[in-house]
Amino acid sequence: MRSIAQNSLFRRRAEMEYTFYTVTLIALGFSFWKDRTKTAQALRKAWGTFEMILPQLLGIILFTGLVLAFTNPEVISRVIGERSGWLGIVGAAVVGSLTLIPGFVALPICALLIQNGAGYMQIGAFVSTLMMVGVVTFPMEKLYFGTKVALIRNGLAFLFSFLVALVIGWVHQG
Amino acid sequence: MMILWIGVYIGKPALAIRSVELTVLNLCQMLLVIPPIFVLLGLLDVWVPRQTMVKFLGEGSGARGIVLSFVSGAVAAGPLYGAFPVAAVFLKKQATFLNVFIFIGAWSTIKIPMFLFEWQSLGGKFALTRLCLNIPGILLIAWVLDTILKPEERRWIRQQADDLSLR
Repeated sequence: MRSIAQNSLFRRRAEMEYTFYTVTLIALGFSFWKDRTKTAQALRKAWGTFEMILPQLLGIILFTGLVLAFTNPEVISRVIGERSGWLGIVGAAVVGSLTLIPGFVALPICALLIQNGAGYMQIGAFVSTLMMVGVVTFPMEKLYFGTKVALIRNGLAFLFSFLVALVIGWVHQG
Repeated sequence: MMILWIGVYIGKPALAIRSVELTVLNLCQMLLVIPPIFVLLGLLDVWVPRQTMVKFLGEGSGARGIVLSFVSGAVAAGPLYGAFPVAAVFLKKQATFLNVFIFIGAWSTIKIPMFLFEWQSLGGKFALTRLCLNIPGILLIAWVLDTILKPEERRWIRQQADDLSLR
């Protein structure tokens, strides 16, 4: 079921994680060597922050699982296919805002969708909102930045995604 | 959330089970990615003194601060919600709001490994177009947000950043 591309992407993702972990471990090791108390403090802070955020995080994960379960390539390509025009773009943007799929998973799906007839504009809107707009992450964003910022940032990002869709469409025609 | 899931279960059991599978998968993935971010965060909080942060990302850091914010966001890994705690630490150390918003914007869209992958899956045109659009877009959004924030709101946000990372 996994294509060659997907296998290489898993490998790449694993590479990225390894690098990230290595960097973190090196930094941690260095910190430990320099000052143990500070390191302990850092770790305590890390845990504390994590604990505080945990409820929101869990909510996000649960919701994403639910949303992903409903995803089905045929339905999607019918909804946001090339012919679907503006409605498709809006739909794609809305779905993108609601979901929180890691990029590595979303991008192959997008490639698949394009092969199955989804339009570039719709996918453009989808990818842009997927990354920048987070309805699911909103509670957490609200916690950190307040309702005003959270609303406006997401709103602007949402509108911006339409711009992206437009330009993508223009670029892919000419 | 639970109610929603139960509703789905009643309606379409297979779907509900699948969502649990996916949730677990997602959970595992999150558990893999999140710890290093928080550890680095803790280290950042403890090791980087206010002065350094101010020099690089604080008031008066100007263009250098902007570029730095872009770069930090772009090399960072992880989903959108990972950016918030890190941004909070930046704020705690007196980075400017503009830089912080740029950071969040860059974190969410301009991830370098993702860019390469995007190029591969959806074509160079797509990836480049998005990148070229994103940079001014992020700047614009960050600028708007920075402009409309009133002093009390700024204080509140910085206070939140302090409270949330205090332990």
